[in-house]
Amino acid sequence: MTDSPQTEATPVRFGVVVFPGSNCDADAYDAVSSFPGAEARYLWHKDTGLDGLDCVILPGGFSYGDYLRCGAIARFSPIMTAVRNFADAGGLVIGICNGFQILLEAGMLPGAMHQNEGLKFVCKLVNLRVENDATPFTSGYEAGQVIKIPIAHHEGNYFIDNVGLAELEANDQIVVRYCEGSGQTTAESNPNGSLGNIAGVCNREGNVFGLMPHPERVCDAVIGGTDGRGVFESIISAIAARAGAR
Amino acid sequence: MRAKVYITPKAGILDPQGLTIERSLPALGFEGVKNVRVGKYIELELPDGEGAGEAVDKMCHKLLANPIIEDFEFELVSE
Repeated sequence: MTDSPQTEATPVRFGVVVFPGSNCDADAYDAVSSFPGAEARYLWHKDTGLDGLDCVILPGGFSYGDYLRCGAIARFSPIMTAVRNFADAGGLVIGICNGFQILLEAGMLPGAMHQNEGLKFVCKLVNLRVENDATPFTSGYEAGQVIKIPIAHHEGNYFIDNVGLAELEANDQIVVRYCEGSGQTTAESNPNGSLGNIAGVCNREGNVFGLMPHPERVCDAVIGGTDGRGVFESIISAIAARAGAR
Repeated sequence: MRAKVYITPKAGILDPQGLTIERSLPALGFEGVKNVRVGKYIELELPDGEGAGEAVDKMCHKLLANPIIEDFEFELVSE
């Protein structure tokens, strides 16, 4: 037993998928590489092997130019079959912004994305309320905690039908919502018209998480904040806990 | 054979583009216009033969449309 489970001997290994048009891949790579006990490697979208990885990151950007619909074409990249198998086997998968859109198009998360209500690309810091702190991606936060994370998207208007929404709520799959600094979810604090102020959801099993905000962009005080670190710290400790349990 | 595919947001789904157009038309003197919906039109050329309709239907379900938020229709035109 040890107090710091992420031992040097077994680093937590992140894979960052690079699609044609990904542009937040380096941010994600740098962010996770900054954690002690973690290492990252890039995965080209034509790769099919995820051997030895603990967590796959689908980064933000404009995969395939976002032609047709955001994420619609990336979903068919060869690596996505491997990512799906990895998730089915319990591996952790996080999709950020365009990565979230890809997970939705792939059916790995429920719902769909359409254009922001205001028809504008929105790029700013927003407040997020952590709804579920029991996921491997948010255990480093507390439920109800308000964090500041930037968004940058044109299609972040999350939609799901009433049946789907009821399921999300019943299974605690709504992980983060847009809110005021006070934690209240209001129409004013919703940057894109997203249903129920939803900013991020997980699958029923809790090992696949997608969110529009960019936690990797606030992992260093030098670039404006550290509120995103909790996401990666959570992942690292979840993986370390799994390794410890084996 | 050519397929003409029309993709529109499902009824009840907010269509911000349609709404913006709807709100702009009265400014130009076109009163009373309702339910403007903005969609996509995709043209495809595919080999003649049986099964074309079925193939286009599959294409729509798998890639061309997102059935969660979009409806689609298509017609096949022989050239």
